[in-house]
Amino acid sequence: MKIVILGAGQVGSTVAESLVSEENDITVIDIEPTRLQKLQDRLDLRTVTGNAAHPAVLEQAGARDADLLLAVTQSDETNLVACKLAATLFNIPTKIARIRSADYLSHPEIFADANFAVDHSICPEQILCDSIVKLLEFPESLQVLEFAGGKVSLVAVRAFHGGPLVGHEIQYLRQHMPHVDMCVVAIFRHDSPIAPEGTTVVEAGDEVFIIAATGNIRDVLRELRRADQPVKRVMIGGGGNIGRRLARAIEDRYEVKIIEYNKTGAERLAAELGRTLVLAGDVTDEQLLEAENAGEMDVYCALTNDDETNIMSALLAKRRGARKVIALINRGSYVNLLQAGQIDIAISPAQSTIGTLLAHVRRGDCVAAHSLRRGAAEALELIAHGDMKSSRVIGRPIDQLGLPRGVTIGAIARQREPAGSTARDGDDEIVIAHHDTVIETGDHVIVFVVNKSLVPKVERLFQVDVGFL
Amino acid sequence: MAWLLAVSPVLGIIAMAMSLSHLLPIAISILAGDGMAALFAGSMALNFAAGSALWLLTRRHRRELQIREGILLITLVWMGGALFACLPLLAGIGLSFTDAYFESMSALTATGATLLDGLDELAPSLNVWRAELQWIGGMGVIVLVVAILPMVGVGGRQISKAEIPGPMKDEQLTPRVTQTAKGLWIIYFALTLACFVSYHLAGMSWLDALIHSFTTISLGGFSSHDASLAHFDSIGIELVAIVFMVLAGINFASHFRMWQEKSFRVYRHDSELPYFLGVLVASVIGVTIFLWANGVYPDLASSLRYAAFNTISVATNTGYATTDYAQWPVFAPLWLIFLGTFVACSGSPGGGIKMIRAMILYRQVYREFTKLSHPSAVTPLKIGGQVVPDQVVFSVLAFFFAWLATLVSMTLLLTLSGLDAITAFSAIVASLNNIGPGLHQVGPAANFSVLNDFQTWVCTLTMLLGRLELLTVLVILTPAFWHK
Repeated sequence: MKIVILGAGQVGSTVAESLVSEENDITVIDIEPTRLQKLQDRLDLRTVTGNAAHPAVLEQAGARDADLLLAVTQSDETNLVACKLAATLFNIPTKIARIRSADYLSHPEIFADANFAVDHSICPEQILCDSIVKLLEFPESLQVLEFAGGKVSLVAVRAFHGGPLVGHEIQYLRQHMPHVDMCVVAIFRHDSPIAPEGTTVVEAGDEVFIIAATGNIRDVLRELRRADQPVKRVMIGGGGNIGRRLARAIEDRYEVKIIEYNKTGAERLAAELGRTLVLAGDVTDEQLLEAENAGEMDVYCALTNDDETNIMSALLAKRRGARKVIALINRGSYVNLLQAGQIDIAISPAQSTIGTLLAHVRRGDCVAAHSLRRGAAEALELIAHGDMKSSRVIGRPIDQLGLPRGVTIGAIARQREPAGSTARDGDDEIVIAHHDTVIETGDHVIVFVVNKSLVPKVERLFQVDVGFL
Repeated sequence: MAWLLAVSPVLGIIAMAMSLSHLLPIAISILAGDGMAALFAGSMALNFAAGSALWLLTRRHRRELQIREGILLITLVWMGGALFACLPLLAGIGLSFTDAYFESMSALTATGATLLDGLDELAPSLNVWRAELQWIGGMGVIVLVVAILPMVGVGGRQISKAEIPGPMKDEQLTPRVTQTAKGLWIIYFALTLACFVSYHLAGMSWLDALIHSFTTISLGGFSSHDASLAHFDSIGIELVAIVFMVLAGINFASHFRMWQEKSFRVYRHDSELPYFLGVLVASVIGVTIFLWANGVYPDLASSLRYAAFNTISVATNTGYATTDYAQWPVFAPLWLIFLGTFVACSGSPGGGIKMIRAMILYRQVYREFTKLSHPSAVTPLKIGGQVVPDQVVFSVLAFFFAWLATLVSMTLLLTLSGLDAITAFSAIVASLNNIGPGLHQVGPAANFSVLNDFQTWVCTLTMLLGRLELLTVLVILTPAFWHK
């Protein structure tokens, strides 16, 4: 696949890195040559320096025979214009743009083919904000991802010493909760995956990934960990793009305080937010954290632009006694240092957003692709097409599919009525996968892959064999 | 002092324009045959002559007015307007100058305090004149002049906005101030017309309907009957009055937008409206229960009838009465007067400190509470989701202090001159907030004729201060205003 990426910032570089390993021809355009140089030193791709919204620059980047345009520069306007140019001058079939302004997003008609010709718009800040909102909703979990239009959820939980999960075999869970169907899709112990079987014993410190119907998630979490108190008080360090969105999204549900360093920024925040208490000050200022009772917080989120500040601020809050601290950390090396340490959850903006992009790049019928564990693992939602003859997955029980080791099917979202009837999307039936579950045509299958290198194999498995058509 | 001369030609033009307002009482006088036509014609001629003389003598000094001149112009227009307006009262009723000036100032500022007895026997043209003055003063003389005579040269927003009550006058409804003024007057006129027809349908004579529609929409409160609206003793008329008093108590900018966009949704953006209606409804319910519980009225229905009408009348600064509410147990009339100090919305003809200022003051107090427990907190003061600039908050605080200082000092002045405390206090509250009747000796059943000349002048000045929202008048008294 020939892909043109506009913008070599955080998002652009991560996407490039993730796609370059999947046998794609990638060209990155940026106005800043130093950023491109860094990228080129590391990865096997072409770079073009220039304004991404200029036809000549796009032409030079090979837009003429590109299959996919990813416009992820800092500027919404540049991204919009680039998509329009890609459609008008170069006929690029798929155009994805990063659009941050809520004002643009509230008028979806401007993305139509006749206007800016944006096929998919993504907003990394919004995705990030949504995932933090989920974490607040389920404070026991490390990560919550949704599939099948929100009906199926994947949660990651860390097993704690003395918790109800530890020291038991996985099959014990099912006896323990006969009314709740769920599937343990993976266990990571000391950062390496263990293929979960019925007899696997969960140990303290294990990261357990579980798939269940979204409505059951709370029950599942309650069984797995001694129920944490629901979140009431949240403090946000940093009122940038993400902090502001988060505060606005949660201020009606929780007691929210937000700290912003910049005085005028704080005033703007206070003007925009309703019930949130806006504080002007430094997120690493101990006295401020003390005075505003950072230690009494249920969750402290450090969301500034600076990794080191976020780490320090989160550590301070944790030391004061905040129940759970979340830090936004861009650098992968820092994340590896900190996860499971003092900081409860380290969120990587690039990793959280890349999943949405990946879904559009993947071959086959991929509805969603979420990157997990800093890009090592992946969870996919694939649609099974064809029939018993043309597909290698349909009509067979799961244990006879010959899935590679490290690939687990977690759940299936199935339309109740046969295709063609009046059934709407909302009528899906959720089937939690067992060894004898049979996949049918049109099923949305949620697959967990412990290692990204296995993804192409899974994709091939789900592709309809052309020879049989 | 040469700059003063720039004001006088404008003053002359306004005087000439305002003299046309005599045409209505002249017409009524001829129709009713009350023999006052000549008197009004004479007053009109005098008014016109004085205006044209002023204009002719000083027109070579005419130029675009500066802000300072504009401020002076406003005060002069109102003082001079009351002067000319009192001529028919002086000659037609035989009042002393003090009393006639009080009556015409009370009319022009839409206060509705009267010192006349025997209104029922008064010549119809004089009653119409009193009501018409309230109607003109309600929306503002300068606003009217700007609307009909854009060439007068007071087109500057600075000047006309001093007459529109409220703290945030920079809201621009239309790009041109003339258009805004015209729009406001069209709304005002349309509401008056609707009110006029409704009153007649509810049972008033055409004459009474005219007089009362003028004084209802301007939230003035003059009546052509000593008993005020109790004279009619009609639930229909009271309901019409309630509806139009409430409509007139709403910010006219909202009515204007509704008219522009032809949609009632614009009222949702009016941040004062929910508080205005909420306070009114809560007060009506509370007063009804209070009166009923105290056995003032035998049944709940009549409690509701009297409580609703009088509460809304005093709260919106109209000043009609259907009963002598001063005779109610003392909490109720005090509560009504308290409502009268703040309930009317900005941009309405009502008086007092206005709902928006009350909201800002309340939120400023709350903001200080937050600051005490969270010293680092950034807490902008927001009204309807919009941040109110600190500059506006400061000016509201200054206004409130000036209002309070005026209230206290004028009350003290009246008690010094020998009035009892309740009368003095309620007379000043009623004048400063342009309500109309006070309590005790100046209550709804009595009138302001008990005051001596000195006390009358104090109330006259207080009404003017209240109508022009204090600072515009008070600044003229500062030495800095007169320095070059």
